[in-house]
Amino acid sequence: MTLVVDIRRRTGGLQLDATFEAGPGLTALFGRSGAGKTSLINVIAGLLRPDEGRVAVNGTVLVDTACAIHVPPHKRRVGYVFQEGRLFPHMTVRQNLLYGRWFAPEATRAGDFAHVVELLGIEMLLDRRPARLSGGEKQRVAIGRALLASPRLLLMDEPLASLDEARKAEILPYIERLRDESRVPIVYVSHSVAEVARLATTIVVLSQGSVVSVGPVADVMGRIDLFPHTGRAEAGAIIEAILEGHDDAFGLSLLRSQAGLWRLPRMDLAPGSRVRIRVRARDVILAAKPPEQLSALNVLAGVVSGIAAAEGPIVEVRVDCNGEAIIARVTRYSVQQLGLKPGAPVHALVKSVALDRRSVSGPLRTGMDGDDA
Amino acid sequence: MSWSMLTPEEWTAVRLSLRVASVATISALPLGIAIALLLARGRFWGKSLVDGFVLLPLILPPVVTGYLLLILFGRRGPVGSFLAEHLGIVFSFRWTGAALACGIMGFPLMVRAIRLSIEAVDPRLEQAAATLGANRAWTFLTITLPLIAPGIITGMILCFAKAMGEFGATITFVSNIPGETQTLPSAIYTFTQVPGGEVGALRLTIVAILIAMAALLASEVLARRTNRHLDIE
Repeated sequence: MTLVVDIRRRTGGLQLDATFEAGPGLTALFGRSGAGKTSLINVIAGLLRPDEGRVAVNGTVLVDTACAIHVPPHKRRVGYVFQEGRLFPHMTVRQNLLYGRWFAPEATRAGDFAHVVELLGIEMLLDRRPARLSGGEKQRVAIGRALLASPRLLLMDEPLASLDEARKAEILPYIERLRDESRVPIVYVSHSVAEVARLATTIVVLSQGSVVSVGPVADVMGRIDLFPHTGRAEAGAIIEAILEGHDDAFGLSLLRSQAGLWRLPRMDLAPGSRVRIRVRARDVILAAKPPEQLSALNVLAGVVSGIAAAEGPIVEVRVDCNGEAIIARVTRYSVQQLGLKPGAPVHALVKSVALDRRSVSGPLRTGMDGDDA
Repeated sequence: MSWSMLTPEEWTAVRLSLRVASVATISALPLGIAIALLLARGRFWGKSLVDGFVLLPLILPPVVTGYLLLILFGRRGPVGSFLAEHLGIVFSFRWTGAALACGIMGFPLMVRAIRLSIEAVDPRLEQAAATLGANRAWTFLTITLPLIAPGIITGMILCFAKAMGEFGATITFVSNIPGETQTLPSAIYTFTQVPGGEVGALRLTIVAILIAMAALLASEVLARRTNRHLDIE
């Protein structure tokens, strides 16, 4: 499956000018508030008209201003999970879930009801009304409702933004399952680095209505020049690792990535599981010489491969550890003291305790490219 | 005959009033919903003009409305003669004319109630229905209509109550013919104009109070039921 977007639209202060292609799996539209993320997926859903351009899913044209084609939203079969759920208040959860089914063509009725209900863990809620659901439950029902309309594409507009941390943690595994188990490609809007790092297959970085960068999530997150667009505070590299085993005596898990061996607080996953670890730049310390007698357990040797140009006191340094990027946020003073420059050997240190459960994704069923069968 | 028993003539007036008010309310409903939708959602030039025109019967003296109806819908009126010739519908001095007058007088109240409830519906729910595959007509039937049901009920009750009490426009337009156009208020008025009519007037007044109370109670019960249906606390 491919989603092809090439549109221009002018509204108010925002000039939307976006061109990208997205493959299977989960594509994150990432950027700050006001970057045009929601406008962009509203164009894909048909709720907004572009001034000019083209949108196509799997070769089916949804918009082509050159041919005066604008398929109305109800004929697009594009599922949409809104930020605020938008469940129908006068219907039960079951009626909400089945709403789109009436309109889906018989032949395309994917996924039986029971499977989707089980996937999202909403069996207990079927006879309730939306007013009696928690925020997290509402969002799971909204996801199920969109899925059961048999969409060719699923759009999610910051579905977790209105939820607290506990509720987010409740829903994230369901979205991971959706990404890995359903054949529906997902476009996911977010301004949260943590969510994108955990969920995305491909990432599209938007800034002021334009696409700044597109690519596999680890590549894009490993670029230090994009921080002005992605936000510095939460920035960090993404490491793909395989769980090798557990150290039960100390409650640690051992993982191996291209960069080397990692020790993390124990997680309940079977050896052999693939996970994604987000290593925040501010949690990384750099050392010019191999450090000894240190409490930080993760020491990865590498070579400086880039230093972001900065005026202020803080600088991002990109370290290439055997082909895998790790980013460190250090002071400009330290860069000078250690004599860091591209090509200089260096050791990246990460405290195990900095890599808590929230930095690690659930098991990835397949590789980075998802299930593109 | 006991003072509490209605005479056959009085019964006729009560029945006629109920029929006139019911027909007026039910006939006004489709147009009322359409105009309310237009005013709540439409964006067009002259909207405030339409709004004002709909409200006019509420502000004008009822006698003026009745007189305008007489000019337009009377036998020789432009609309009245057309309808009588081509469709065989006659309004003047018929109970249908009373229903027309009552419907027009109750119309602004009905439109206002329905319009307010339409404005309270979140259009984003309708967008959500569209992304699930529902076209505009289905969205209206399955989302908008159930959500505005309480407003429609309120509007109908208000229109019905107004129609039951309508006097000025009715008597001007279709006069006060017992058995044909003499509604409850006209009957009470007639009683007050003849010596010894007080008892009859009182009896019909009690009936009017009972009907008003019943309509109010019915609207309460219906509103509570639809609210429970919507799960609004």
